[in-house]
Amino acid sequence: MRATSQAFLENAERALGDVQLQRALENVPRGFVTKRAAARARLPEFDALRDEARAIKDHVLANLDLYLEEYERKVVEAGGHVHWAASSAEARAIIVDILNAAGARRVTKGKSMVSEEMALNEALVPQGFEVTETDLGEYLIQLRGETPSHIIAPAVHLNKEQVATDFRRHHRALPAGRPLHEPSALVAEARQVLREKFLAADAGITGANFLVAETGSAVIVTNEGNGDLTQTLARVHIVVASLEKIVPTLEDTTTILRLLARSATGQECATYTTFSCGPRRPGDVDGPEEYHVVLLDNGRSELLASDFRPILRCIRCGACMNHCPVYQAVGGHAYGWVYPGPVGAVLTPALIGIAEAAPLPEASTFCGRCEEVCPMQIPLPGLLRKWRMRAHEAQAPGTTPWQGRLALRAWGWLARHPRLYQLAARLGVGIARGFWARYGRLVGAPFTSAWTRYRDLPAPEGGTFQARWRRHQRHRQLSSAQWRHKGPGQ
Amino acid sequence: MRPQRPETAASARTAGSAGRTANGGQSPHVGLFVTCLVDLMRPSVGFAAVKLLEEAGCRVSVPRTQTCCGQPAYNSGDCAEAARIARQVVEAFEPFDYVVAPSGSCAGMLKRHYPALLAGGAIAPERVAAFAAKVHELTAFLVDVLGVERINARHDGRVTYHDSCSCLRELGIREQPRRLLRSIKGLELVELARPEECCGFGGLFSVKYGAISNAIVARKAADITATGAPLVLAGDLGCLLNIKGKLRREGRAVSVRHIAEVLAGMTDAPAIGEE
Ligand code: SF4
Repeated sequence: MRATSQAFLENAERALGDVQLQRALENVPRGFVTKRAAARARLPEFDALRDEARAIKDHVLANLDLYLEEYERKVVEAGGHVHWAASSAEARAIIVDILNAAGARRVTKGKSMVSEEMALNEALVPQGFEVTETDLGEYLIQLRGETPSHIIAPAVHLNKEQVATDFRRHHRALPAGRPLHEPSALVAEARQVLREKFLAADAGITGANFLVAETGSAVIVTNEGNGDLTQTLARVHIVVASLEKIVPTLEDTTTILRLLARSATGQECATYTTFSCGPRRPGDVDGPEEYHVVLLDNGRSELLASDFRPILRCIRCGACMNHCPVYQAVGGHAYGWVYPGPVGAVLTPALIGIAEAAPLPEASTFCGRCEEVCPMQIPLPGLLRKWRMRAHEAQAPGTTPWQGRLALRAWGWLARHPRLYQLAARLGVGIARGFWARYGRLVGAPFTSAWTRYRDLPAPEGGTFQARWRRHQRHRQLSSAQWRHKGPGQ
Repeated sequence: MRPQRPETAASARTAGSAGRTANGGQSPHVGLFVTCLVDLMRPSVGFAAVKLLEEAGCRVSVPRTQTCCGQPAYNSGDCAEAARIARQVVEAFEPFDYVVAPSGSCAGMLKRHYPALLAGGAIAPERVAAFAAKVHELTAFLVDVLGVERINARHDGRVTYHDSCSCLRELGIREQPRRLLRSIKGLELVELARPEECCGFGGLFSVKYGAISNAIVARKAADITATGAPLVLAGDLGCLLNIKGKLRREGRAVSVRHIAEVLAGMTDAPAIGEE
C-alpha cells in the first residue's frame, strides 16, 4: 500500500470536511471510551495487571530470540512449519509459495493488521487467488477497495446506509428489493455470503494476537467467530504474525488477555478466544492438514535495539486512538498508512521511514491520554517526541517549514538573551496593542494567520509582566503605603 | 543553593494569614516562573500569583533572567536549543526554596522534562533533580505545600473549570484547584461533561495543524457553553487563549480567566480578550 502520510495535513483537512465521516467518528468516543472506562472501573486490579503485562512484555523483548526459538520448536513438534520473513516482500513470496504448493486458489482471511502491513491482498489478487476477508468490517472495506481506518474496527468510518448500498452492488445474486435497513439484516446477509466462502476455501489466513512460546499456539481474539471458521475449515492454515507477538506462557497470555478486551471494547473478554496449535492430528475430527506460521520482522529487530523498543509491547487494542483528540477529529485514513492514531504515529515512521512520515509525530497535542489509557504503559508522547527529534536532526520534509524554523531559531536565540528578549517582548506587545486599537482584532497580523483562520486571537492585556513588575517594585520601594495588590496599570 | 525544605513542613492554614510562615520564622522564598504567555499576554495573572503567594506567607521574587521554559523548541524536536534554555532557567531559579509557575504546562516542563533534557549536560543530575523537586504549579503549591484550605474571596455566580492536560496527566493535579474554588463564597462550580479532554492547543500544534486544533477546541467550546456558566477558568494561559479565541469567534458571551485571577479576587480588570 502506498503511504500518504506525508500528506497528513491535506488528508486531515479533507476528513474534517467530510460530513458523513464526521458523523461516523462520533461513535468512537461514545462507544469505546465510555465502555472502556466502565470496564476499568469494574476491575480493581486493572492497574496491577498493567504492571504485570508490561513486565511480561519487557521480559519477552529482552529475550526475544530465545522465546522465538522455543516457539518455533513447539510448532515444528506439533507438525507445523515456521517461516521467517525479514521483509513484507519476503513474507508475501513465502505465502504465495505455500498456496501454490498446496494447490490452493480460494483463500479466506481473518482480521490481521500484519497482513495489511505486508499488503498481502494486493499481492495475492493479481496472481489469481480469490481472497475473501471474513471479519465483517474487513469485508466491507474490501468491497469498497479501502483500507482499515481503525485497528480493531476497520470500517468505523462507514454508516449502515453505505453498507446497504455496497451490498446491493456486490451481492447481485440476492433479490434486489430485499430490506436492508436494520443492522441485523446486513449482518445476516454478510453471514450468508461468507458461509459459502468458508466452506469453499482451500486456505485460511489469520493473524495472531499472541504466539505462546511454551505451547507453540497462536491465539486470536474475535467477536464474530470468523477467525475460527477461517482457520479450521480450510485445508491449509497460515498464521501471519510479527515477531513481538510472543508471550512465554499460557498464564502470561491470560494476564494480558484480561487487559486486551477491556481496553479495546470494554468487554470483559471477547466473544471468541481461540488457540490454534498446529495441523490436524491423527484422530482429530477437524482442523487443517497443513499449518504454517509466517513470522514477519519488517524492521522490528532494529526497533528492538532502539529507543523505540517500548512500542513493541503494543497489543493492538486501539485504546490510544479511541482516546486521541486528533484521531477522534480526523479518523484513521488521514494517517496515510496501515496503523493510525498514536500507535501509528510511532510505528509508521519506524516501518516506512521518518522521511515518509514526518508529519505523524507532529499530529499530537501531547495531551497524554494515549499513555494514560495504554494497557501496556507505552510512553507514546515520549516516543512521538523522540521522532520529532529525529525529524529535526534529519531536517525531514513535512515538519516545520523553513520560515517556521527560522522563527524558532530567532526565538530560541532571544530566549537565551533575557534583556533583548524583554525588549523584544515589550515591543511585540506594543505593536499588537496598536494593531488591536486600530483594527479591533488581530486577524491579518504577521505570523497569526494559521491561528486566526479558525479562532480569534485575544489581544494582549498590555505591557509585559516583567516591565510592569519592575515598575511596581520601584513604587513599592518608594511608597511606604501598603501594596494594594494591583498591578500599576499602563 | 539552600537546603531543600521538606515539603510536609508546611502547616495547614488559610490563605489571607500573611505573616505566618511555613518553617518557623522564615517565610519560604518563592521564585515566580512567570511563563512567557503570562508575561506577554496577561500580566495580571502574574500579579494575582504574587498576591496569592504573599498572602499565604511567601516571599516572592521574579528573576529577571527568565524568558521561557523552552517548550517550543523541545516540542519541535530541537533538544539542543531547549537544553540551553533549560540550563538558564535552572541557574536562575536554583537559589529559591520553591519555583512556582501559574501554568501546569511550564511547571510540567521544568519538573518532568528537564531531568531528561539536561541529562549528560553541564549541570549535574543531582542538581537538576533537586531543582525539579521544588518546582510546583500554583494551585498545587498552595494546597499541597502551603496547606491552604480556603481562600478568602468572593465571586458570585456559576463557574466552570477546564483542566489542562499537563496539570491533569503530567502533574496529577485535579482536586487542588477545585478545592480552592469551592471555598470561595458565592461561587458555584459546574463541571464540564468531558473534563479529561484536551482543548486542542498543544503549543505550536495549534498553528501547525490549525484545522485539527480548531475541530478539537470547537468541542471544548460546545461543552463549556453547555454548562451555562458565564465564566470558564483554567490554570494554563495557552488553553485559555485557545478557548477564548474559539468562543469569541463563535460569538459566545462566555468570559475566560486564569484561575489565579478569581482566587486572588482580581476580577475588576476585563477578562481575557475583552476590553
Ligand atoms: S499503543 Fe497501547 S493503547 Fe495503543 S494499541 Fe498499542 S497497546 Fe493499545
